[in-house]
Order: sequence, then C-alpha cells, then structure tokens
Amino acid sequence: MGAAPGARGEWLARTRARLGASLRVVLALARKEVVQIVRDRATLVQLVVIPVVQLLVLANAASFEVRGARVFVVDEAPSPASRALVARFAGSGYFRVVGWAPSAAPADEALLDRRASVILRVPRGFDEALAVGDGPARVQLVVDAEDGAAAAVVQAYAAQVLAAYGAGAAASKAGGAAAPAATPRIEVRARGWYNPALDYHVYMVPGILVSLVTIVGTLVAAQSIAREREIGTIEQLNVTPVGKYEFIAGKLLPFWLLAMAELAVGLAIAHLVFDVPVRGSLALVFGAAALYLVAALGVGLLVSTTAETQQQAQFVSFFVLVVYLLMSGLFTPVDSMPRWAQWLAELNPVKHFVGVMRAVLVKGAGAAEVARPVAVLAAYAAVVCTLAVRRYRKTTA
Amino acid sequence: MTPRASADRAAGPGPGSGHGSGALSAFLRKEARHLLRDRRTLAILLLMPLVQVLLFGFVVRTEVGRIRLAVVEPAPDVATRALRHRLAAAGRFDVVAVLRSDRALPRLFASGRAQQAVVFPAGFADRLAGGEPAPVLIVTDATDPNTGSVMRAHATTVVRRYEQELRARRPATGDPPGRSPGGAAVLAETRMRFNPTLASAHLFVPGLVAFVLTIVSALMASVSLTREKETGTMEVLLVSPLRPWQIVVGKVLPYLALGFANVLTVLLAARVVFGVPVRGSVALLLAECLLFIATSLALGVLIATRTSSQRVALTASLMGLMMPTLMLSGFIFPLESLPAPLRALSAVVPARWFLLVVRGIMLKGVGIGHLWDETLVLAGMTALLLGVSARRLDVRLPGGR
Repeated sequence: MGAAPGARGEWLARTRARLGASLRVVLALARKEVVQIVRDRATLVQLVVIPVVQLLVLANAASFEVRGARVFVVDEAPSPASRALVARFAGSGYFRVVGWAPSAAPADEALLDRRASVILRVPRGFDEALAVGDGPARVQLVVDAEDGAAAAVVQAYAAQVLAAYGAGAAASKAGGAAAPAATPRIEVRARGWYNPALDYHVYMVPGILVSLVTIVGTLVAAQSIAREREIGTIEQLNVTPVGKYEFIAGKLLPFWLLAMAELAVGLAIAHLVFDVPVRGSLALVFGAAALYLVAALGVGLLVSTTAETQQQAQFVSFFVLVVYLLMSGLFTPVDSMPRWAQWLAELNPVKHFVGVMRAVLVKGAGAAEVARPVAVLAAYAAVVCTLAVRRYRKTTA
Repeated sequence: MTPRASADRAAGPGPGSGHGSGALSAFLRKEARHLLRDRRTLAILLLMPLVQVLLFGFVVRTEVGRIRLAVVEPAPDVATRALRHRLAAAGRFDVVAVLRSDRALPRLFASGRAQQAVVFPAGFADRLAGGEPAPVLIVTDATDPNTGSVMRAHATTVVRRYEQELRARRPATGDPPGRSPGGAAVLAETRMRFNPTLASAHLFVPGLVAFVLTIVSALMASVSLTREKETGTMEVLLVSPLRPWQIVVGKVLPYLALGFANVLTVLLAARVVFGVPVRGSVALLLAECLLFIATSLALGVLIATRTSSQRVALTASLMGLMMPTLMLSGFIFPLESLPAPLRALSAVVPARWFLLVVRGIMLKGVGIGHLWDETLVLAGMTALLLGVSARRLDVRLPGGR
C-alpha cells in the first residue's frame, strides 16, 4: 500500500461512481416501468389475478385418468355369465353402462353420436366357452379412438376388469385350488417412486405454474420495447444518455421481480392447496428460477427489440410460447418426441427449468443432480441478454 | 414508419357516397389494403400457423418412448442374465446401468439418468429351479403418473413372458393342458375405431388447428380494433357515415379471409405430411372452419370493446385464452378426465366444440347429422359475442370515453 495503490484506489472510486450512476439509471427506468404497470389497473389484474386463478382452476384439468367411461353393451345372447360381466364393468367405477342391446347397429350409432365411448360385445356362446374352459372365452371391445390418450386409458381399465372377472371365474371353477408348487413362479412387486399414489397434481402443478409465469413474463417483456417504439417514446429515451445495458437492465428488473413474486405465490399454492411435496432445497429452486427468468424475459425483450409493432411482437411471442409449452415435456414427455425434436428441446429453457423444478421438489434432487440443467440455464441467460443488448439500437432507421 | 390505421380513409370514396353498402365496401377495401401492405405482419400471420402445425404434429405425442432402465443384480446368475437380455431385446428399454446393489438407485433416479429399475434378489435362479416363488422388484419413476404406469406395464409384460417361457420349457405337473394357471380365462379382442394405430398426428393435428386458429383469430381481431382506439383514428371512423356494426364487419372480414387461408394451408399440410385422413365431407369441414374462425374473431372483438389499449387487449387474448384453450378443449387432456365442474366450465371454450367437429369429420367421417349440436353451439356463441360487443360499441363510442 503506497503511492501506486493510491492510483488504484482512485480507479476503484471512479468505477464505483460509474457503477453507482449506472445503477441509479437502471432503478429510475425500473421505477418508470413499475409505475406504468401499477397505474393501469386492467394490466395489473391480468398479470397478477389471472395466473393465480388459472393455476387454481386448471391444475384440476391436467389428468389422463378417465372416470365413468360410457360403455354400450351388445349382449347377443344374455346369460347369467354375461350379466355378471356387465355388472363387473358397472361396479368397477371406471365405466358407466349407457345402453344395452342385442345387436350391433344401435351401438355403432351411439359411438358415432358420442353417447358412448366403448362398445363391449359379448358374443353368442360366451357362457358355454367360459364353462367348458378349453381356451379363453372371447369378448370384443371397440374403443372410440378419436381421443387417443383417453382410448389407451380406457383399454387398460377394461383389461383390468376382464382379468379380474376371468380370475374370479377360473377360481370358482377350480374350487380355489392354488397353482402347483413345482411351477416356476416369479413374483413381481412393483413400486412407484416419488409419486406412489399416481397423483397428477404432483406432476402437473409445477409445470402449469412454470407455464403461467413464463407466459406473463414473456408477454410483458415482448410488449415493452415494441410499445415504446409504436407510441414514439423510444425516441425520447434514445436522446437521453441512458446506455444500452442500462436500458435493457431497467426493462428486465421490474418484470423479473414480478415473475419471481408470482412464482413464490404459485409455489405456496402448489404446496398448500395441491399438496405438491417440497423434498429438495427451496433455495435451489429459487436460484434456478432466478436464472431461468432472466433467460425467459430476455427472450421476450429480444423479440421486442426486433418487432416493429406490438402486434408483431405479440404474434412472435405467441409462437415462442407455444414452442416453449409443447416442446418442454410439460404435457407430453420429451422422451417420446422424435430424435431431432429432442435435440431442439435442449434449446428450450422451459424444458430445463421444469426438469429442475420436478427433480428438486418431487424427487428431492440436490445441486449435484441438477447441475447440468442449471448450467444450461445460466448460459442461456447470458447469451440471450447479450443478444438483446446488441440488437437494441439507439438510432431509428 | 408505415402509415397506419384509418388516417388515409380519405383515399376511399368520400362521405358523399353515403350510408349503406358503398361506404362499407370502400372501408373493406381500405382494410384489405392495410392488411396486404404490411408484408412482415402478413408473412407472420400466414406462415406461423403452418409452421406450428407442422412442427407440433411431429412433436406432440403421448406414447412412451425408450425407457432408461437400470438392472440391479447382487449375484448375477443364469436367470437374471437371461431376463436382462430379454429386457434389452424387447425394443423398449435402454439398459443404462447394471449395478451390484440398489444403493445408487436414488441418485440415478433423481438426476433422471434412469427411469426404471429391475431389482433381483441373490439366488434368483436357484429359487426358480427349486420351485420357490422368486421375487423381482420393479421400481418405476412415477413422477409422471401416465408414463409411470405405462413403464410398469411394459416391464411386467417382459417378466411375465419370461415366466411363461420357463413353464413351457418345463411343463409343470397338474396343469390342465393348453392353459396355464395364470392364463387369461377371458380374452378381449380390442379394436381402436377411427384411429386403429393411435397415430399421434391424427389425434393432435385437429387439436392444433383448433388451438392455433383460436389464438391467432382472437389476437388479430382485438388488435386491429384497439389500435384504432389507441391511435385515435376510431374517432374518425365514428364521425364517418359507417355504422358501428359496419366498422366491426369491415375490420373483421379481411381477417376471416386470412384465417381461411390458414385453414387451407394447414389442412393441406396435415394431409400431405402426416397423412391425416378427411373421411367426411371436405366442404362441410371447410364450412365449419369458417364458422369457427368467425367465433374466434368475435371473441377478439368482444375483448377489443372491453379494453382501451393494445397492450391490455393482447395480454387478455393471450393470457385469457392460451392455457384454458390448451387444457379445457380436450386437445391434450381427455374431456372425460375433467372433474364435473370443470367439464361444465369447458362448455364455454369454443375450441372444445370445434375439436369435436373436426375430429368427427376427419377421423369418424360423420356428416352434419351428427354435428348439429356442436355447430349450433358455435353459431350461437358467435351471435352472442357479436351481439354483446355491438351493444358495447354502440354505447361506448358516441360517448367517446
């Protein structure tokens, strides 16, 4: 410490002063954005109330479970056996019998009309085949597959009911005799980790929360610069000494705070209302969220710097949002996508963040397990913000 | 800067042409020119829906892909090795790890490197040979319940098939011929009507069409009207001889044409690229699409009459429509899965009705006879939405609030 450090101290002081001035500019710009949002009651309601309401309502919609599938029974030769089978279906809780006829024609009509979604056809001679037992007794299931997800689920339910019925029939015939001891027998025990009750809320609520926060953040960010350009106030900002970094930071900061707050409220709802577990560290979740939101809002600002009008900005961000939502594994697993789409999905910040959320909250993953997606998010945030700053021109063409 | 909105309406026939169709058609021409002049926006509007349907037609699928499987063999023997090879050869599993103990499983699962594990006990083969029950533990990552239960079923099937194979090799005493004790007494022959292979593209393309049309149409309509308000040119329109409903019609009709162009390109792409069938009448399908675009535009008009700035209108359209349309229309989650109150709520989502119509015509090949309910609901919605907005427009505009 002597004369040389004096020069260094001066340099430090200058830098600090410059940073301080910069920070003041950013804060002033951020304050302006906050005032603009808070002043406009309608926008405030849209940004705060709608996401919360949608989270509360839509979380209940995200399920592939089918309750009370409408089954139409075609019983070609009614017998005690066929009646017992139908009673099984009705009593399983999965099915609701909506019609009963001896021939196929009315059932087909019901399927076309959407009054029924499954036809169970019990052919003539079903009871005899069951009683004789030299081969399985056959029935036919016709499932309306116009909604494939529901069709697959309904088929699985029906298989379950039929297996239970068949086992009951076989047992009553054999007099309850157990399988001979010499038969090789494998006992399958199945365990579902993390979500043994197969509760859809545990899986979907974090995802829905992320999509809502992402939609809100991207929309406000995408509008902000395009709006200034359209109204003409961007010219006033351009003639001030506000730097490009300061401008982007001033836009980013308030939206980032808003989105973080919403995420926190949403997480509280997820935990308290929908019983989503918090098995890992919340600090890790919020750390990843901080990076993710910089990236997501940065994409919005990037769109905004490129668009000529709010309309363009909004259409492009709609496109981006749909890509976010449908290619992130939120609703359909990334693993089922074609290979090239899985590579594309790697570019999607939502995919990484939803992955982190689910891993930390539901599986209790620690920093080591989610290091890779978090690193990707950090890189994403840095790249997107740099691009947004570079795309923003202080001159108008 | 592109000149925009209605400042240039003087270019059309002057107010001298008076009320009625003359003024309206001039206004329409002006609006069409606006739409065609802004090349960049037009390109976005025409290409975006096409790209979306093409991209997501490939991407959105619910079938479970390859499963990352870990196998735990504390003491590898003939039987565990045979079963591991069966699993690897089943075509569904990628064996990512073969472990000696299950201690590392939680970490593999938490990081997502494994989704499922088959855990054998020591002495598996001995137990099988001795006729003792040999336990196998199948651990599945059930975070996603749907994928979880499918994965469990796949692994169980492979184990069961191996078991049958063992039995066939060494017929046990006391089994009735031709039927193993665990065999099915009732066999279901299942037919998937209307989409036998459950091809995802066939299922999701109609949903994508409904989703994209809703958002794009509502956005277009709400923006075009609120922009007039924001730039102040709405006042100019108001003092013109045009009646409020004519303003709305003039604003919306060009977008109806644009939306219809979208429908044509998207359906053509669905046909050529994904081979999605149109089993019913193409004319009926196009007519229903036109009706649905009108409904969505009417939704946009309603949003526009209730908001004063583009910012609010755009946010309302996207925030208010995107997630509900995605989740309450039957596009991804089956309508049958909705709890009763939500199923009732889904009745106000236009896309829900349209989706039934599109799937009905494309996949089931039904005619209008089966679709009257849905069609009338959509027509009724359109009329209601337009009626409400026309009243609001009437009341609102002369006041100039």
